[in-house]
Amino acid sequence: MPANRFNGHCDYGIGIGLRVPHYSHILSKKPVVDWFEIISENFMVEGGRPLELLDKILEQYRVVQHGVSMYFGSADKPDRAHLRRLKNLVKRTKTPWLSDHLCWGSVDGTYTHDLLPMPYTFAAARRTAEKIRQTRDFLEIPICVENVSSYAEFHASEMTEWEFLSEVVELADCGILLDVNNIYVSSKNHGFDPYDYVNNVPHDRVGQMHIAGHTKFEKYILDTHDHPVLDPVWKLYARATELCGVSATLLEWDDKIPSFDEVHNEALKANEFIDGAKKAVV
Amino acid sequence: MKRPPKHAPERIASTEDLRSFQRMMATAVTRPMTAQDGLQSRWIDGRPMARVAAEFVKPNDRLSSFERLELYNQMYWFRLFSAIQDDCPGLRAALGDGKFMRLARAYLAKCPSRSFTLRDLCSRLVEFIRKNPRLTAPRTALAVEIARFEWAQTVAFDGEARPVVDAQGFARTPPDRLRLGIQPYLTLLDLRHPIDTYVISVKRREVMRSEASNTPDASALPGRAARRPSLPRPSRTCVAVHRHNNRLFYKRLSPAAYRILAELARGQTLTRAVAAAGPGVRPAQVRAWFTTWMALGWFCAPGNKRLPRAS
Repeated sequence: MPANRFNGHCDYGIGIGLRVPHYSHILSKKPVVDWFEIISENFMVEGGRPLELLDKILEQYRVVQHGVSMYFGSADKPDRAHLRRLKNLVKRTKTPWLSDHLCWGSVDGTYTHDLLPMPYTFAAARRTAEKIRQTRDFLEIPICVENVSSYAEFHASEMTEWEFLSEVVELADCGILLDVNNIYVSSKNHGFDPYDYVNNVPHDRVGQMHIAGHTKFEKYILDTHDHPVLDPVWKLYARATELCGVSATLLEWDDKIPSFDEVHNEALKANEFIDGAKKAVV
Repeated sequence: MKRPPKHAPERIASTEDLRSFQRMMATAVTRPMTAQDGLQSRWIDGRPMARVAAEFVKPNDRLSSFERLELYNQMYWFRLFSAIQDDCPGLRAALGDGKFMRLARAYLAKCPSRSFTLRDLCSRLVEFIRKNPRLTAPRTALAVEIARFEWAQTVAFDGEARPVVDAQGFARTPPDRLRLGIQPYLTLLDLRHPIDTYVISVKRREVMRSEASNTPDASALPGRAARRPSLPRPSRTCVAVHRHNNRLFYKRLSPAAYRILAELARGQTLTRAVAAAGPGVRPAQVRAWFTTWMALGWFCAPGNKRLPRAS
């Protein structure tokens, strides 16, 4: 959906992640970019250069917050101090929606700093949805949850990953940040058809999409974000766009980061598939 | 983290089941790796890890349950190693790679992250080094000082800044009642070694190495860039690690100036703090110091919240 209640009714186009190696280029050249995605945690600080830089970016660009530490799927209760810090940042950036991952990563207050996969059970879905609702009510903005890439599955699971995602977002009444690269990576690691995933999520809840590169190893694929987007992922993106409509799309490139122009040009390739989807609708 | 259950729950039908499952998985993911950077072959109760992993992780046609869990174990440790190396280049250079990595493994095993951000990963490192001197012997005192200095840099980079007390704020209160806070982002250090110049030389070397690594011929590396900086010789060094215009700075202080700031940080009045400088310090010198410190915005209203610890 181009603009819906899960992305604050915004039609944001194609963005890229705001990353340190590009700061000086962005601030000095002021390139035209639809929007930047920031990692919330990088700016949940009390002062100094990160916030100064963020304020300069906010003067010129639209920014959407993407988190890596809410851990909606952790059994622990939401951390109120963390939510307060996050809300302060939300007020600063005026992000129209906020995204984080459908995963867990901490238990008893110990953090793994990883996006660990969930056991896909109904009880886990209920707990996760409850935490998403609590977070949304506190932050007072729409939330989209992102499917993660994974390297393990669990015996305890009672459904497929896309069924679990659908269950959670319906129970929480929240949006989806559909990461098509993660779907592709997990499909290869777990042996499912990525199109089954894309075909079966609730398309009207997709508020944003992610695209990225990955790395193939002999026995698995790693979600490395250090390459251009590979063809199978573009094809999956095209299918997702056909089904969901043209969503705000973001390219993630987090390691071996090339020049700003190279990253931006890679992201703009999404236009080819967006145009295709638009023609199909006409 | 609390001890995991003996067995992962077969069904996850409640939040408590989910918590048990997550304790099991997190214990496996965060367990120290073997010397070969692999998942340990035995679980915490001595059972074969392969059997324990198979209880809750599905294998696939390419990887066993053990191997799938091992991927997460390795990613956890490599991520944390990368973060601690980024934050502690000086400590790493002083100890050497082997000893530094042994310290990092021991520290992270004993003090796993309790924060949502890796920024705080080294917040307990100084205390850990002090309590475990054998890991850094015979350079424990130096290691403590470098770790303190490098943590101070983290604080200076993005720590809280409070509203600055200006000259009028000074003038309103008589010196024998005036108490000034020191900005939370500023750390005062009284060191036995010139750690500031050492860390600068380490960073300079890192930059040179990084630039040199782009050259196609490794033999083109300038000899100076490849050499490890000499360890600092003992020499008392008082320094304030702070930021100005959001850039990181180290400002050397005379011992007398340090004592004044340290007393202010402890909550003493201006009169008592200045007296701590000692009889040999001229009033004009003290005025000049305060003029500089005020220009740098170091003073704020006193408060109990996170006053920098002087030492």
